[in-house]
Amino acid sequence: MSLIRTDAFLRSDGRKGIRNTVVVVYLVECAHHVAREIQLPFRETDVHLIGFGGCYPNNYSFRMLEALCTHPNVGAALLVSLGCEGFNRRGLLQAIRDSGRPAETLVIQETGGTRSTIERGREWVRAAKLQLESTPRGPLAAHELVVGTVCGGSDGTSGITANPGIGRAFDRLVAEGAVCIFEETGELIGCEQIMAARAATPELSKILLGAVAKAARYYSVLGHGSFAPGNADGGLTTQEEKSMGAYSKSGSANISGLIKPGDVPRAGGLYLLDVVPDGDVRFGFPNINDNAEIAELIACGSHVTLFSTGRGSVVGSAISPVIKVCANPETYRNLRDDMDIDAGRILEGRGTLDEVGAEIHRLTLAVAAGEKTASEALGHQEFVLGYKSFEPIGPACHPSYA
Amino acid sequence: MLRRMHVIHLSPLDNIVVLTRSVQAGDAIDLDGRPVFMQQPLGLGHKLALRRIAASEKILKYGVPIGSATRDIEPGEHVHLHNMQSDYLPTYTLDETRLFTGAR
Repeated sequence: MSLIRTDAFLRSDGRKGIRNTVVVVYLVECAHHVAREIQLPFRETDVHLIGFGGCYPNNYSFRMLEALCTHPNVGAALLVSLGCEGFNRRGLLQAIRDSGRPAETLVIQETGGTRSTIERGREWVRAAKLQLESTPRGPLAAHELVVGTVCGGSDGTSGITANPGIGRAFDRLVAEGAVCIFEETGELIGCEQIMAARAATPELSKILLGAVAKAARYYSVLGHGSFAPGNADGGLTTQEEKSMGAYSKSGSANISGLIKPGDVPRAGGLYLLDVVPDGDVRFGFPNINDNAEIAELIACGSHVTLFSTGRGSVVGSAISPVIKVCANPETYRNLRDDMDIDAGRILEGRGTLDEVGAEIHRLTLAVAAGEKTASEALGHQEFVLGYKSFEPIGPACHPSYA
Repeated sequence: MLRRMHVIHLSPLDNIVVLTRSVQAGDAIDLDGRPVFMQQPLGLGHKLALRRIAASEKILKYGVPIGSATRDIEPGEHVHLHNMQSDYLPTYTLDETRLFTGAR
């Protein structure tokens, strides 16, 4: 057992946090400004803003906010409601309180409007932060970690340097007993057969093939795949080329299961997160940008997200730190302050894939031990959540639980 | 994975190589021992044909097909949206008429 730290934040469900964040959560866009004003004075002191903009209820967005507010990196949550939106604010508050976390709801229409809600909210956050100082602490080992991976702003270098580098780090983490999650079934179109061959059971293999077929159908209806113009500038020509590059983030371990947003794996191993909604095409693109994917990885328990970028994304995230692995050496020189790892050095003969993989693994553990990532230090706390619909996963999706 | 001066050949099966640095028009690239002169500036990460590729032949990268040639492609030629396409989904770009070179 490899110990990462002795002072991780212990939660009542047995999970352990690497950060102790207060989240201020707007439950409709109409409460966004008030929530942001509450959070603003605390934004550099581990108080993050998240929320859902829609007025109409949706099981997925409820499940996402429930998973995020009870994430091990979160210590307390303040919900900010306008008062007339459809979100089930009572259910969410109850779920957070049931987890043992300090939680409160402020309803703007019942609190005298903008100014007094902001005042009340800031008072609550101040008190919650004091309370969090006495959060129980304890040891965290590598097998208790959950690590997600995503790529954004991919180019022709991503699949050669950063993505296989992350794959090597994933192989080490899985061997240490951690949960590793890769995602975006739309970016696996074209490599579904080789991926399905890595499934732990024949049933899971069929499920993985089905998930990619669903993504292909979904994107066909939408007219194009998960491919942005910057990908073409960077030398990527087709969806399947981008897919092959993206796929290498998953490393070479057997695939232990398929999960959907909000499902937290209960045993170590490599998991595919199916991000494409079930049923008919509704609500538009599966994920409108990289942060929508990162939020889903976090909702599945990710303590840290490994973000591969070639063109040069600068984003971070609320709740869980993002490690930026830069695939392209020219981009690294251009955006150095935003990057954590110079994986593109492989192309210039300044390092090997094994060295980059070892560096990503080392930094993942250091960030889990408390070290700040580049995007954390720069104050990045992006968050976005939209509408989706999913069917629950069946037992064949996680054969190792049986 | 064979490393040459400016390009990387990711799999022995591949009929393309990938530029590991940006190149200018007139630069000579070593392609299997033969010098090929660049016709245009190209960004790193872009693909060049390693040998002649016939129309409708599969383009192989990482040893697997990533699409098909839409016309005959000469050795050393830039392989991209103008001469190959996906076998799955159309590729969306902001400007269909533009040549994507990645040159900065």
